[in-house]
Amino acid sequence: MNIENETLKKKLISKNRMAENIFSKIFFLSALISIMSLIVIIVFVFAKGVPAILEIGLMDFVFGKLWRPSSNDFGILPMILGSIYATIGALLIGVPIGILTAVYISEIATKKIRRIIIPMVELLAGIPSVIYGFFGLIVIIPLIDKGFDNGGNSLLAAMIILGIMILPTIINISDASLRAVPKEYRENSLALGASKIQTIFGVVLPAAKSGVLTAVVLGLGRAIGETMAVILVAGNSPQIPNSIFDRFRSMTANIAIEMGYAFGLHQEALFATGVVLFVFIIILNLGLNLFIRKVGD
Amino acid sequence: MESRNVIEIDNLNLFYGDFQALEDINIEIERNKVTALIGPSGCGKSTFLRTLNRMNDLIENTIVKGDVILDGVDIYKEINLLDLRKRVGMVFQKPNPFPMSIYENVAYGPKAHGVKNKAILDKIVEENLKKAALWDEVKNRLDKSAMGLSGGQQQRLCIARALAVEPEIILMDEPTASLDPIATLKIEELINELKKKYSIIIVTHSMQQAGRISDKTAFFLMGEIIEYSDTTKLFSNPQKKKTEDYITGRFG
Repeated sequence: MNIENETLKKKLISKNRMAENIFSKIFFLSALISIMSLIVIIVFVFAKGVPAILEIGLMDFVFGKLWRPSSNDFGILPMILGSIYATIGALLIGVPIGILTAVYISEIATKKIRRIIIPMVELLAGIPSVIYGFFGLIVIIPLIDKGFDNGGNSLLAAMIILGIMILPTIINISDASLRAVPKEYRENSLALGASKIQTIFGVVLPAAKSGVLTAVVLGLGRAIGETMAVILVAGNSPQIPNSIFDRFRSMTANIAIEMGYAFGLHQEALFATGVVLFVFIIILNLGLNLFIRKVGD
Repeated sequence: MESRNVIEIDNLNLFYGDFQALEDINIEIERNKVTALIGPSGCGKSTFLRTLNRMNDLIENTIVKGDVILDGVDIYKEINLLDLRKRVGMVFQKPNPFPMSIYENVAYGPKAHGVKNKAILDKIVEENLKKAALWDEVKNRLDKSAMGLSGGQQQRLCIARALAVEPEIILMDEPTASLDPIATLKIEELINELKKKYSIIIVTHSMQQAGRISDKTAFFLMGEIIEYSDTTKLFSNPQKKKTEDYITGRFG
């Protein structure tokens, strides 16, 4: 009886161990899949893109002002600048509105209002980008055209659309980090006779700054990577925009518009555009992360 | 010319929604004295303390009835809330410096009240860190984060921060509850020093502490003041049975 029990116990233990093993392998595999995807994407994009950069010449490619594939001119400076300008504009619009909205939700609004606004912000995040583009096409572009008589398709239109698109990211993450600020900070500030607004800007926001900066970085990533909405409102001419009322083309739009019919060096140059975009995003992320770590202390 | 009492409270009742937290409170707080509030947990002593700078206003559904008169002015009817909190400072149970430099912590209040001149701020910071007996320990690292200080130093910094807006009254809500005995002793010595210039009202769980530092003691129970008299009298010769039961450790 006893011996039987012992063997049963051993069996159970080994069965448990096996289950443990299998599960930890499943977890590992899951992690592996996402890492492998990242590596495959990087390898593939670089393998396709780097030869084109070498053939065209790094300087001619990155600083070339002329993009005319039919006559083998592959300069993407207009697209690089277009993406940068559009992203800066989006941040100028989206960051203040987003942060102030987050402050309103977490510090000022009553629970009732909060319960209305938060689901709506989440819904804003769930809207497909092509719908944003569509909205830009039928609302923003006619408005800009009416005001400035430039046809409407412009850097400004893209800035506005992207500014709206990054709002949910900035609001949600800022709100979460504001709410993580201990309520004692607020109490202490109020007890010193500081007003609510002074408390928010003097103590609460500074205490939440690393979270708020993270929100800005993620918003930036979304803006620079956005494709569909930008294509619909940008006008897409591959020229360096001289003002926010000019048409422009972003790096992402460059790839998406021409990939369908490109072949040979042209196709590779599009992949190379992807490489540049990729490098951009990596540099931005690293730089901003370092910055956050510095000011976060 | 100043009257003897700095605060006079007449028939104060406070409700959190349906729950009555304070019942018919009548008390006069004397100027430049240390008044201790003692009583078991949940007896309303902290709630009472927070009526004096209207921190209870932050809690929804709080209703306050009765008169709280500060130097002849009803603080619920006749005074600007921010002015009130400037005049009635507060030190909380948990030392809670802001996540900024030591200097910025002390300068925060004066800045909020409009002091911009750097030289004046420098002077305020030094003066108040000295008053809080912290200056010698931090004078060489004013620009370092306040989060790096020990718990006792943080609490003295919070006191300096409260003093920097030049209050007349300082409310202390169990200021030594989270500190070790040595840090507690330093705070108690500081309170003794501060009462020359300020009126101090302190909530404490420790009857020994109340005995050591206070001139007057009020005993709270179930939202009421059971007994209020000179500290020595209250501890040596309590007039009420409940007070005697509490201070002899029969409950609470």
